[in-house]
Amino acid sequence: MRMAFVMGEIGSGIRRNLSMVVSVILVTFVSLTFVGAAGLLQLQINQMKGYWYDRVQVAVFLCVDNDTSPSCASGAVTDQQRNAIEAKLNSPEFEQYIDTVQFEDQQTALGHFREQFANSPIVDSVTADQLPETFRVSLVDPEKYEVINEAFSSMPGVESVSDQRELLEKVFSFMNIASLVALLIAVLMLVCAILLIATTIRLSAFSRRRETGIMRLVGASKAVIQLPFVLEGVIAALIGAVLASGTLWAVAHFFIGMLARQYPATAFISSQEVLILSPVLLILGALLAGVSSLLTLRRYIKV
Amino acid sequence: MITFDNVTKVYDRTSRPALNSVSLDVDRGEFVFLVGASGSGKSTLIRLVLKEEHATRGTVYVAGSNVAKIPSWRVPRLRRGIGVVFQDFRLLPNKTVFANVAFAMQVIGRSRAVIRETVPEVLKTVGLEGKDQRLPHELSGGEQQRVAIARAIVNKPGILLADEPTGNLDPTTSLGIMKVLDRINQNGTTVVMATHDHDIVNAMRKRVIELRNGKVVRDEREGIYLATAMQPVVPAAGTTSASADDGGHSGAEAPPGTVDAAKPGGLAGSEVSE
Repeated sequence: MRMAFVMGEIGSGIRRNLSMVVSVILVTFVSLTFVGAAGLLQLQINQMKGYWYDRVQVAVFLCVDNDTSPSCASGAVTDQQRNAIEAKLNSPEFEQYIDTVQFEDQQTALGHFREQFANSPIVDSVTADQLPETFRVSLVDPEKYEVINEAFSSMPGVESVSDQRELLEKVFSFMNIASLVALLIAVLMLVCAILLIATTIRLSAFSRRRETGIMRLVGASKAVIQLPFVLEGVIAALIGAVLASGTLWAVAHFFIGMLARQYPATAFISSQEVLILSPVLLILGALLAGVSSLLTLRRYIKV
Repeated sequence: MITFDNVTKVYDRTSRPALNSVSLDVDRGEFVFLVGASGSGKSTLIRLVLKEEHATRGTVYVAGSNVAKIPSWRVPRLRRGIGVVFQDFRLLPNKTVFANVAFAMQVIGRSRAVIRETVPEVLKTVGLEGKDQRLPHELSGGEQQRVAIARAIVNKPGILLADEPTGNLDPTTSLGIMKVLDRINQNGTTVVMATHDHDIVNAMRKRVIELRNGKVVRDEREGIYLATAMQPVVPAAGTTSASADDGGHSGAEAPPGTVDAAKPGGLAGSEVSE
């Protein structure tokens, strides 16, 4: 009975205050969409890290003819130097750091280069002897790059040691910034949502002050008096959260689906990931509305 | 049922206290008129009973418990034991008579079956049979006040507080309301009624407590109104404004001289017990 009564009160509250309720729905919708977007970006970054860190290697580039870098002043790498490097890579000293070592000669390097820059005019002007021979080293722990760098960069015949992770880090930091911006917008929008919910509840409390005054006099408990208002805000916020989840799902499904078809080599998150995020959004929305309306009620409804 | 022990209420330090060391006792089943000029402290007294205000000094006991010691989450329970009626009825304009009375039961979680059974009973007690589907604006003032009374007593409170319940009604209608209140009192409910209405007080011959400037100046069994306007001397300079105010009120409501002649004690016994 009391529940039915509370439901009736919520219904009448929403009807009386429809435009405000709609604006609460929209604001929470937009803000939670941004929160979700930031979350999806983070998930994407994690996904890519997991995918790439397994594949990322340390490349030990060897000197070629006419190499301009100072470490190659003595000309192209000699067979002896190459053998020394290979022996060191396979020595027991580095066994604990190195997973596999793969040698890439100039022809293979050209093949990879052509593949990578397939659409670029530069391809035709590059010949095999311009590209360095490379030891591709995959590490047991990608973080231990420095050990390899120190040991090999000063060896004769080594042009440079490069960590491909650095390149990825740039991509990731860009994505991190993007997700941070999304989060910042989300926070601003959430502040908007909180204030709007507070205002809505205040208006609602004002328009029903006669009812609440009588409820108080006849001894209605605090919960019965306040619950309709709190639930009014919570329901509006939940609708906003559902809309946000739907939007994120649609974006993940269509947009990322499109990206995945274009870049089949990259690991993308799927719309499944939205299913992890949407409960978070729902809880966040409900919590936001609940807390802000309770705080408002404490000021505007005496019990 | 209600005990005030040296109660003082100060709203703000600069002005005089609204209630000044008031001590009084209202027993179970009593009918008490609270009279006095506007600003004499009647409404403050009622608000203290409801724990809408806290006493600055002294103690208020309602139904045996010290009101100041009731934790806030149990204040609703205190208020369930007290019905309140106001001068301005305070009905919900978009609800029918039945719904207005049922509202008081719904919000404290009474079941639909109990509500369906109790509300018509109470409407009968206040004399509103057959009008349960009317809206407040379709009722006369007296009928609206009966709805308000029905709402106040539907949860069977031990105490009924009425703050000038006849203030907006003409004398005949007021008489009807007083009959209802008297009937409720005869059923065992303690009634405390603040009023300006001489006719009613003089006719009912119930206990009268007079407040002036926050002090109890008179407490009589079977008393009469004795409006300040009728008293020869207004004692202190500080009280003049309040007295003038009251004089205006009572003049507007009914000329003091006509009181007893019009209805010589007609209300009290015979008519009410019908």
